[in-house]
Amino acid sequence: MDGKYNFTILKSTQFFINTTCLNPIFLSSSREKKRRRIEDLTEKMAVDGGHRDSGCDWDGRWNHVRKFLERPGPFTHPDFEPSTESLQFLLETCKILVIGAGGLGCELLKNLALSGFRLIHVVDMDTIDVSNLNRQFLFRPKDVGRPKAEVAADFINSRIPGCKVVPHFKKIQDFDESFYRQFHIIVCGLDSIIARRWMNGMLISLLSYEDGVLDPSSIIPLIDGGTEGFKGNARVILPGMTACIDCTLELYPPQINFPMCTIASMPRLPEHCIEYARILQWPKEKPFGGILDGDNPEHIQWVFDRAQERAAEFNITGVTYRLTQAACATEVFKIATSAYIPLNNYLVFNDVDGLYTYTFEAERKENCSACSQVPQDLQFPPSAKLQEVLEYLTENASLQMKSPAITTTLEGKNKTLYLQSVKSIEERTRPNLCKTLKELGLSDGQELAVADVTTPQTVLFKLNFTA
Amino acid sequence: MAATKASKEQKYDRQLRLWGDHGQETLENAHVCLINATATGTEILKNLVLPGIGAFTIVDGHTVSGEDKRNVFALTLALMLQNRAQAATELLQELNSDVSGNFVEESPDKLLDNDPEFFHRFTIVIGVQLPESTCLRLGSVLWSASVPFLVCKTYGLIGYMRLAVQEHTVIESHPDNALEDLRLDQPFGEFKNHIQSYDLDSMDKKDHSHTPWIIIVAKYLEKWLSEHNGQPPKNYKDKEAFRQLIREGILKNENGVPEDEENFEEAIKNVNTALNPTKVPSAVEDLFNSEQCKNITSQTPDFWVMLRAVKEFVHNEGNGSLPVRGTIPDMIADSQKFINLQNVYREKAMQDAVAVLKHVECLLQSVGKVCCKPVYSLNKCKNASFLRVVRCRSLTEEYSVDSVNKDEITSCMDSPDSEMVFYLMLRAVDRFYQQHSRYPGVYNYQVEEDISKLKLCVNGLLQEYSLNVNIKDDYIHEFCRYGAAEPHTVAAFLGGSAAQEAIKIISHQFVPFSNTFIYNAMSQTSATLQL
Repeated sequence: MDGKYNFTILKSTQFFINTTCLNPIFLSSSREKKRRRIEDLTEKMAVDGGHRDSGCDWDGRWNHVRKFLERPGPFTHPDFEPSTESLQFLLETCKILVIGAGGLGCELLKNLALSGFRLIHVVDMDTIDVSNLNRQFLFRPKDVGRPKAEVAADFINSRIPGCKVVPHFKKIQDFDESFYRQFHIIVCGLDSIIARRWMNGMLISLLSYEDGVLDPSSIIPLIDGGTEGFKGNARVILPGMTACIDCTLELYPPQINFPMCTIASMPRLPEHCIEYARILQWPKEKPFGGILDGDNPEHIQWVFDRAQERAAEFNITGVTYRLTQAACATEVFKIATSAYIPLNNYLVFNDVDGLYTYTFEAERKENCSACSQVPQDLQFPPSAKLQEVLEYLTENASLQMKSPAITTTLEGKNKTLYLQSVKSIEERTRPNLCKTLKELGLSDGQELAVADVTTPQTVLFKLNFTA
Repeated sequence: MAATKASKEQKYDRQLRLWGDHGQETLENAHVCLINATATGTEILKNLVLPGIGAFTIVDGHTVSGEDKRNVFALTLALMLQNRAQAATELLQELNSDVSGNFVEESPDKLLDNDPEFFHRFTIVIGVQLPESTCLRLGSVLWSASVPFLVCKTYGLIGYMRLAVQEHTVIESHPDNALEDLRLDQPFGEFKNHIQSYDLDSMDKKDHSHTPWIIIVAKYLEKWLSEHNGQPPKNYKDKEAFRQLIREGILKNENGVPEDEENFEEAIKNVNTALNPTKVPSAVEDLFNSEQCKNITSQTPDFWVMLRAVKEFVHNEGNGSLPVRGTIPDMIADSQKFINLQNVYREKAMQDAVAVLKHVECLLQSVGKVCCKPVYSLNKCKNASFLRVVRCRSLTEEYSVDSVNKDEITSCMDSPDSEMVFYLMLRAVDRFYQQHSRYPGVYNYQVEEDISKLKLCVNGLLQEYSLNVNIKDDYIHEFCRYGAAEPHTVAAFLGGSAAQEAIKIISHQFVPFSNTFIYNAMSQTSATLQL
């Protein structure tokens, strides 16, 4: 793959519109569909000649879009043909899914709607908080508490005539292939790497191969973006063709997890004191019953007070309410993507000092655990304990699994070796962690199926015994 | 009142983490002027209203057109008859009730004719989609009045920004990857005393494994210096040997196997950067040597008084070095050892800051002024290494045949992929507008015939400025194709970028660009040019 997206064989009704978070570049299918070329060089009338649509399109409404769809140009994609049908496609047929209705989601919905996209679905599992109002401009103070997806959809539908945004107050994991399959393009404004990987995996699972050849019509482009402070990035992923999220997983900075011994007995920074209160004292004392709510000021005050006490014990200064709040808010610990090594299709942005952008092509990883279809290799001696395998799955930079569940087939029967997410099974399988792979009855070449929140499909590993 | 302050803290929480309460205060005291509420203009202003600038004024003489109605606030048909300034003002107000909005139903040219001082009241003026003549006139007025001017334009798939400010000082630049200021190459007295209190050879295992790496490096450096005639490790070979020296200090168990001492591993890993010589950054040296720093008068702005005080410190108490920053990175250590070490640095930083402040007081006294505490805080002394000044050339200088930056233009044009070609095309398009009172290719039938007309403008431009560069016909065709379109996605990108630069100017935090920024949405690339 040389990085150019050559969609030469497409379903007749599909246009591939390559959209980054920032700019539309229009491609069109060729051959099968008959196009009408606008004889625009001889037309003596304004660009927006007639009204082809319903009455909601006034004069000049789509001028800025038409110039790019109906005029030839020297820098367009080689397959591009100017046509009035492209605008029709945008307005009437193209279905886009926007994931997330937060900071990026609001901007995305607005930009897409104002560029002519009308069939838009938006998924977001959150409700609106006061701290969202400084940037998530589709929301007003009176909307606090309501689901983001619904308020965002209402706003766009009522203010941008013709636009039909369908909201879903749900998690992305609540939907299956049949839902995702209906979209032409999916755009993500997520704040979690885990969610991104799940989405990535879902689109890869939709790919179909005939005799080992990828069917291009099964590809749904994924446009992903993320920000953190003054930094941001945007990338275009064509599942099965270009680098996927997991291909470049090592580039994501590791999450800041303070070692437990530091938090428990050797705090040095205010952050250590806050973590002590948050992850050790809170679960123990359960001051308000239930889990810590990062948006509840009472909860944060409690953590803040405990953290201050701890800090005083060790002569540590710097515990502030704001720092406590940042640590408690779930948003902070879901790290928004921040690219450190530039990845064609990948744009990095930083405006701390002037404005800096860098664009380049991320390469596919040959043995990517998500998109390469190559069974993953696990190399361990038979005397290794299952615990070691578990640690490898979570700590390896290319895998970064969160809580993998490992199953295999032994004597024709399915056996769970270890599973964390269900308490009873965790207790039952915990002793396996101390057993060696040999003791567990595993043999050289054994296939292990691993499930994890980072992927909707299980990942197959092949066990290779080393000396 | 308390309720409003608390709810503001909540609402602005995410941005307060970036620029703090004092930064927010500068925003709330700012009055921004936007000229032309186009898609780009309203995006920029939306991004300033949301974080809570004090006030804005829109200057716009246009009525709402069919194209405008599709802009971010989806002006409804009912607003068709209203002046664009008023319509945009009402819709922007909705976004944040803390902000007060005004509008002036007038073209900027009229205002420049009748009341140029109108613009003097603003913290910053943002001009969007301005024709060249208006831009230059306004630029001249604002330059003389020292009002920062940010010019923005979305033209097809190209975004353009130009900052025109004479001198913009930044005390809090928040550098991304600053090196630590540990002074291991020239340990100050209190630090030397502190490390005397450590005897690595006689420590028990627990203490040994929890001694901060800074102490370890300092101790072993002392050893090295005594064995190498006072010469620190300089080249790779030396540093390797030094690392080995430290490695040998790791405790061994009964069988001679080295123990797991993470703090020693940290020391070894940090040798490279820890031994960096402490010196005043050249950028700061340059500032020390500038005129404003040398000649302090009663009119001198605070930034330069502070800078001069720091310079005095460097030449006296500092013995050639800047005030100690006072922060250390986290490292493996027990709480007490870490806190004690941290305090040594903190107290030294405080001492140095007090010394700088004394110089400030002296300087002010010498020109008959009183030292104003909030302005010259001890906090600011910590940023001494990162003081920055941004100076832009005026628009007049950029456009004048005598002072055009030919070198920058021709050297950029040597690279085939340079964004400079878009700058030249924008200039050519401005000429076209001057000559034909319209932009090229707005209507379909104009595209073909305007190509040759635009080419004449390009050639005229290159000739006038004696620019020996070649612009491919493809670009001329492309700019006719654009038909002065303002696609929303490009407007939104520029809106975000420009608003952030405006916030940098208003808050004096973070470093603004200088002086021209071009965004190419076709390839998703950008460039900053000095013109």
